[in-house]
Amino acid sequence: MDVTTVVIGAGHAGLAASHFLRERSIDHVVLERGEVANSWRRERWDSLRLLTPNWQSRLPGHRYEGADPDGYMTMGEVVDFVERFATVTAAPVRTSTTVTSVSYSGDRYDVLTSTGAFRARTVVIASGACNRPVVPAFSDAVPAAIEQFTPFDYRGPEKLPDGGVLVVGASATGVQLAAELQRSGRPVTLSVGEHTRLPRTYRGRDILWWMSTSGVWDQRYDEIDDLTRARRLPSPQLAGTADRSTLDLNTLTALGVQLVGRWAAIRDGKALFSGGLRNVFALADLKQQRLLDTFDALGVSDLPPPERFAPTTVPTASRLQLDLRSGEIRSIVWATGYRPEYDWLDVPVLDAKGRLDHDGGVLASPGLYALGLPVLRRRKSTFIHGIEDDARDVVDHLAAHLAHRP
Amino acid sequence: MTTVENGVNVQALLEARTALQGAPEAAQFTWRATSKWDHGVHSTTRVQQFFGLGAEQSHKAESVFDADHPAVFAAEDNGITPIEYLLVGLAGCLTAGVASVAQNRGIQLRSVDAVVEGKHDIRGILGADPDVRNGFNDIKVTFSIDADASKEEIEALVAQSQKRSAVFDALTNPTDVTVEVA
Repeated sequence: MDVTTVVIGAGHAGLAASHFLRERSIDHVVLERGEVANSWRRERWDSLRLLTPNWQSRLPGHRYEGADPDGYMTMGEVVDFVERFATVTAAPVRTSTTVTSVSYSGDRYDVLTSTGAFRARTVVIASGACNRPVVPAFSDAVPAAIEQFTPFDYRGPEKLPDGGVLVVGASATGVQLAAELQRSGRPVTLSVGEHTRLPRTYRGRDILWWMSTSGVWDQRYDEIDDLTRARRLPSPQLAGTADRSTLDLNTLTALGVQLVGRWAAIRDGKALFSGGLRNVFALADLKQQRLLDTFDALGVSDLPPPERFAPTTVPTASRLQLDLRSGEIRSIVWATGYRPEYDWLDVPVLDAKGRLDHDGGVLASPGLYALGLPVLRRRKSTFIHGIEDDARDVVDHLAAHLAHRP
Repeated sequence: MTTVENGVNVQALLEARTALQGAPEAAQFTWRATSKWDHGVHSTTRVQQFFGLGAEQSHKAESVFDADHPAVFAAEDNGITPIEYLLVGLAGCLTAGVASVAQNRGIQLRSVDAVVEGKHDIRGILGADPDVRNGFNDIKVTFSIDADASKEEIEALVAQSQKRSAVFDALTNPTDVTVEVA
């Protein structure tokens, strides 16, 4: 079937693209391997809530209208929100349609799927940034008696065996799971590498209100010094909870979580952790302070005075190794990041590390675009509300491409 | 921004970073040292050649290092103890990092001093207590820095220097070490 544009993925990014394509009367289909908002339905743990407050969660022409603007959506609420957007915009979604191949020849893209083939002039890849969990290679050396989980197969503490849990990674996923597992009565050891520390609220406002008000989130990708680093930066230590509480390492220490350094290797059945814990604390504390200083410098009036947060407490005796055969650790949760997957993409637009080599969502192959990746065109691209400006810009480019190549 | 002169050619380093991003094979270096036993626990180690940027390289002169044990170890003290060389390496690496980061951030340094202390329970190497490790129990580095910068900026220099330090990484993370007989 011939179509002008194929959009791959019916998450918030693909649907936002569809919205702007429809505005321009560009005929298109949105191909979805599962259902609308599939990753939010099937690839998240039960207690997860959005990191962004409800008032900030918006899609083009579509915003939260519930009773709790300062709250954070559950996964079920996110699914409803995205689904309503799909309905309102009448997005031409084809569900249960898995893309198996995209190739380029004769100025057209051949998109093969589980339910049929498309020939399109343009393609928007909106298949997500978190298709697969990333787990270090040395996980192969973990003794078989220890059960291993990733955020994709973790749903809640009750599925884990009783006893100690080693949570690896201290970004949003790791700190949230560490807190919930420790509260379930399982003693948690958390392996901490470089991380971004943020208070949930600052001077009475959500920290993400500050990110927005200060203009940090509107910073464009071509204005960022080290874009590679910005795009790889894991999510900050935040959780969306009813009490809007901060979930930093000091919170976890107070809960009884034991902090250790970055997990570097397994040798003779022992996990070996970095001795550089103090410095990752110092880097995160200093960075948080610099950010809060820039917020204070905005001179926003009618707010409580500036706050200063205690430095991250260094454990009195941080362990450098842990015997994985001793029975102390019964399960491991790898919160070590995610990666997109493009094994269906037969157009040479990936970099040496298997990531899309794009310029603000524009790929080197004419008519091929990406949406929904971290810092795609702005710092806020990573978040749901960041998609509107990105999708508009990318569809503008796509429309210009069509106009120049009738 | 006023011109800062710490003597670090940051421009060359930034250019190298850009160039090596596209040429990972040229970034593979091998550092070498050759040692010779003298007498007792005294040995002499020489360093000059290394490999990098795809070719053999050489320092402009050979450096010679004597390693020995002090008189309290009943040795002749012809040079510093091998484990002290780790402190030399750490001090040199972190200080170089501070200077480089300061240059890159436009911070003029006036003085950078560091005291490096490694806590070592020698019952380990003597075999006096099997529960005591051979190496350092912990290392502490204390920087005193005089610079045109705030306390927070100086703390950030020192933190960034650790983040990019080869020796800090080598000491804080395990390294696979092979020792064989030729």
